[in-house]
Amino acid sequence: MMDEDFSQYPLELTGDDIPMVRFSRVSKRYGALTVLDNLDLDVAAGEMITIIGPSGSGKTTVLRMLMTLETINEGVIYVDGKPLTHMEKCGKLVRADRRYLRQMRAQIGMCFQHFNLFPHMTALENCMEGPVQVLGMKKAAARARSEELLELVGMADKRDQHPARLSGGQQQRVAIARALAMRPKVMLFDEVTSALDPEVIGEVTTVIRNLVDKHNLTMLMVTHQMGFAKDISDRVCFFFDGKIEEQNSPEELFSNPQKERTQQFLSAVKEAG
Amino acid sequence: MPFNWNWAFTWEILPKLLHAALNTLLAAGLGYAIAVVLGLILALAQRTPSRAVTFVIREFVEFIRSTPLILQIFFVYYVGPQFGLRLGPWTAGMIAIGLHYSAYLSEVYRGGLQAVPKGQWEACTALNLSPAKTYWRIIIPQAIPSALAGMGNYLVGIFKDTPMLSVIGVAELMHTANAIGSSSYRYLEPYTLVGIIFLAISLPTAALIRIFEGYVRRKLGLK
Ligand SMILES: Nc1ncnc2c1ncn2[C@@H]1O[C@H](COP(=O)(O)OP(=O)(O)OP(=O)(O)O)[C@@H](O)[C@H]1O
Ligand SMILES: [Mg+2]
Repeated sequence: MMDEDFSQYPLELTGDDIPMVRFSRVSKRYGALTVLDNLDLDVAAGEMITIIGPSGSGKTTVLRMLMTLETINEGVIYVDGKPLTHMEKCGKLVRADRRYLRQMRAQIGMCFQHFNLFPHMTALENCMEGPVQVLGMKKAAARARSEELLELVGMADKRDQHPARLSGGQQQRVAIARALAMRPKVMLFDEVTSALDPEVIGEVTTVIRNLVDKHNLTMLMVTHQMGFAKDISDRVCFFFDGKIEEQNSPEELFSNPQKERTQQFLSAVKEAG
Repeated sequence: MPFNWNWAFTWEILPKLLHAALNTLLAAGLGYAIAVVLGLILALAQRTPSRAVTFVIREFVEFIRSTPLILQIFFVYYVGPQFGLRLGPWTAGMIAIGLHYSAYLSEVYRGGLQAVPKGQWEACTALNLSPAKTYWRIIIPQAIPSALAGMGNYLVGIFKDTPMLSVIGVAELMHTANAIGSSSYRYLEPYTLVGIIFLAISLPTAALIRIFEGYVRRKLGLK
C-alpha cells in the first residue's frame, strides 16, 4: 500500500481566527457508499451549530467522526487548531495512533440518542466515573463536581438512582451531566430528544438552552426539532447526501431558504408537524 | 442375585464416601477456579485486534470442545511425561478439567460480552476510558448477569464430570466407591450412595445459582 499523503494539510492551524473545530475536505465511505463527501466545516469557539437534514444524509456520521468513534477516509479534522484524526511525525501528518487520539478526544464530549448511561451505576456514579477513572480526580472532588452538575440539570434528588429507575428525559439529563463532568471544550448532541416521549422533551431542551446561555461551550447538535434549532443555534447547516447543501443563521435559513432541497425538506418537516 | 440392601455395610462405608466427597468438591472447586479465570482470558484474547491471536484461540477452543474430556485427562497424565511434563494425578486432573471447562466458559463469556450493547462501548470512548477500564468497570460487570446462568450450568457440569478423574487415580467419590466395591464385592450400596451424594449437592447448588443470579442483577441495579 502506498503511504498516504497529507502534505496538503497544515500541521496545525495558525492565525488570529482559529476555529474550535475544522473539518478539512473530510470524506467517509462505507464500502461503495460515500456518506460524507469532501466536507468543509468550521465551528468557532463558543458557537452552537445545528445540523439538520433528511435521514441518511450523514448528520450522525459527522458527530461520530469528531468523537473519534469512526475513522475517516480522507481529509483532516482539527480541534482547537491541532489535528485530531492525524498527528505530526517527522514534520509530516500521519494517521493518529491510539495514544494521540486519547489525548485529543479529552476535549470532546458527546450525548447519544439512547443515553448510553452505565446501567450498573447510579446517576452520581455515572457522572463520577470519568473524572475519577480518566482525569484521576480524588473521589471527594469528583463527587462535588458531579453533584453540582446534577444540580445544574435538575437531577440532584435522583443522584442515587440507577438508570433503570429513571425516565428517558431524566436519563438524558444525567447523560448530559456525565459528559460535562469531563469539562470538554466541544459538546456533541446527536438527536438527544428523539427517543423521548413528547412531554419530557422540554426538560432536556431547557438544560441545553441553559448551557448555551451560561456556558461558553462549542456545540454541534443534530436534531429534528426545527423550532428548537431555530431558537438556540448560531448557525444551521442543512445536510444533503453527505454535503452541506446550505448553511445560514437560523432566521435566514428557516424563513428564507435559498436552495430547492432545503425548501423541500423544510416544507416536508412542517407538514409532518 | 436377589435385591438385598445391607444397612450395616451402608453405615460402615458412608464416612469413607463422605470423606471422598470432600475430595470431589475440592476437585470441582479447583478445576472451576482454573476454568473461570482461564476462560475469561480466552474470551478476552478472542477480542484483541490481532486476527492471528483470535484465530489461534478460536481453533484451540474448538479443539477442546470437540474432543472428549476423558481423552484430555489421559493425555495430560500419560502423554505429558513424554514431553517432560511429569505430573501427579491431582495436578494433571486439575489442568485437564480446568482447561476443558475454560473452553466452555470462554464461550459463555463471549456470549455475555456480545450481549452488552454497542452504545456502552461508545459511551466509554466518549468518556475517554482506557480499554482496560472499559472492560473491567463497564463491560464485564454488565456481561456477568447474562453469563451467570451458563456459568452455573458448567459448575454443576464440572462437578458431575469429576468421576472421570478416577481413571488416573484421583481419590474422589467414584474412585473410592470402586475401591470399596472391588474389595467387598458389594456394588449396590456404594454406587447408590454416590448417586445420592451427587444429587444432594447438585440440586441445591443449581437452586442457589438461580438465587445468586437474581441477587447479582439487583446488586448491579439491572433489575
Ligand atoms: N457502520 C455503518 N456501515 C455501513 N453504513 C453505515 C454505517 N453507519 C452509517 N451508515 C450509512 O451512512 C449513511 C449516513 O448515516 P448517518 O447515521 O450519518 O445518517 P443520519 O443523517 O444521522 O440519519 P438519521 O437522521 O436517520 O439519523 C446512511 O446511509 C447509513 O446507512
Ligand atoms: Mg443520525
